[in-house]
Amino acid sequence: VIRVRVIGCVLLVSGWGIVMAAVVMLRGWQASVFIGAGCAVEALGLGLLTAGYRAIQLSVGRGQR
Amino acid sequence: MNVGLCVVCMMLIPLAAAGLALIHQGLGRSRSAAHSMLGTICALGIAAIVFVMVGWSLTGFPGGASHVLFAGTLRWNWLGAEPLLARGVNFGGAGAGGGLEMCLQMLAVGLAAMIPVSAGGDRWRLAGIAAASAVLAGLMYPLFAHWAWGGGWLAPRLTGGFSDAGGAGAVQVVGGFMALSVAWILGPRRGKYAADGLASAIPGHNIVQVLFGCLVALVGWIGLDAAVSMVYYGAGERMLAGIVVNAVLCASAGCLAAVALTRVRYRKPDASLSANGWIAGLVAGSAGAGFVTPVAAVIVGAVAGVLVTYMVEVFELRLMIDDPGGAVSVHAGAGMWGLLAVGIFGGGGSMLFQVVGVATLVGLMLPLIHVGNLLLNRLVPYRVDRDGDWQGMDVRELGAGAYPEFVVHADEFVPR
Repeated sequence: VIRVRVIGCVLLVSGWGIVMAAVVMLRGWQASVFIGAGCAVEALGLGLLTAGYRAIQLSVGRGQR
Repeated sequence: MNVGLCVVCMMLIPLAAAGLALIHQGLGRSRSAAHSMLGTICALGIAAIVFVMVGWSLTGFPGGASHVLFAGTLRWNWLGAEPLLARGVNFGGAGAGGGLEMCLQMLAVGLAAMIPVSAGGDRWRLAGIAAASAVLAGLMYPLFAHWAWGGGWLAPRLTGGFSDAGGAGAVQVVGGFMALSVAWILGPRRGKYAADGLASAIPGHNIVQVLFGCLVALVGWIGLDAAVSMVYYGAGERMLAGIVVNAVLCASAGCLAAVALTRVRYRKPDASLSANGWIAGLVAGSAGAGFVTPVAAVIVGAVAGVLVTYMVEVFELRLMIDDPGGAVSVHAGAGMWGLLAVGIFGGGGSMLFQVVGVATLVGLMLPLIHVGNLLLNRLVPYRVDRDGDWQGMDVRELGAGAYPEFVVHADEFVPR
């Protein structure tokens, strides 16, 4: 679970890196495409981070921790 | 710019804080009501002091000192470089600069700092609230505030792009992500989820205060939108009427959309979700403030109201995030929608840069805030101990309940 969360965080930052690279280096439709790709990577990272925490939330809420 | 009018608008901002504080404690349990209110006041106070002493130097203001990276022809303004302890601020006289911006930012960062108190309701220790507020005001908030407002790389005067005329991104989304991180770290209130994973409802203890808080917050929000628009976006006095109209329309549309949706889905309108719809409308409308048309404001508010109603449910039932006040949905969710809506409805920002702004919030600010909270949680444990969970935060941390003569908690007498 910890690994999933770490990967999620790394993907979030990587996605932002792609977005920033596109803003700095590209123009026009190419920039839009890469910014979209960066956002998709961020969405994947957010999904993984959320999934990583879901199991922990459930066990705490049941009073197991 | 009419400085006097601007300061009057800023003086309204604490009413937004008062409204949110009422909403937070009303949506929590009665046995943690005083703790929630005190936590909110502590968050505001610590955020104000830390921001003025430390955070302001990183935030800066347009035309002020800043750290700039040069890569070829690219000029990358990434951080303010004002002196620490507010030594460089001149509040009056010749060459006055930065005082107005500092005043606005000090009030705005307080709003951002109090948002997570709602998500951590009934289980977040006062020491944790204080530590998190200090880090938010001293490091996290100034980063994005500089980029969006302080002359940084996202600022509209440089790119002509990203627009956040009322703090939907810098204040609401940053505060909302802080709330999400805190909710993740704290975990749900004990007994929130049954063994089979079903969530049990823990209703707020005073819905009248919640709804009154909505009305109070409206006045403060108008002040916030107006002050940011005037200080950073050059809005004139005539624009104020548009800001008031749009704020009321956004809030009304958000609330009515939530009333209608909950009426259809649950057969009766849900008061707490409707209150969330009201605040979500205000949050989403903040991004465009007076720069969008009234029709667009109604659409933005209505979508925010619908969005929040579904998000609260998804967070609680699917993602197992226990957020008693719906802070993550209301502030982060509606805030991001508002920022994107400015791109759609043409409120001064280009769609591409609105997306870049949201991507920066999600891709950089969220991990940064979360890692910061994880480290802080090691130093100052956020969650109250097991007894505190049952007793309530008022008795556990403050030594007395908020309503000692009127409320008896059966849980306190459960054998442990």
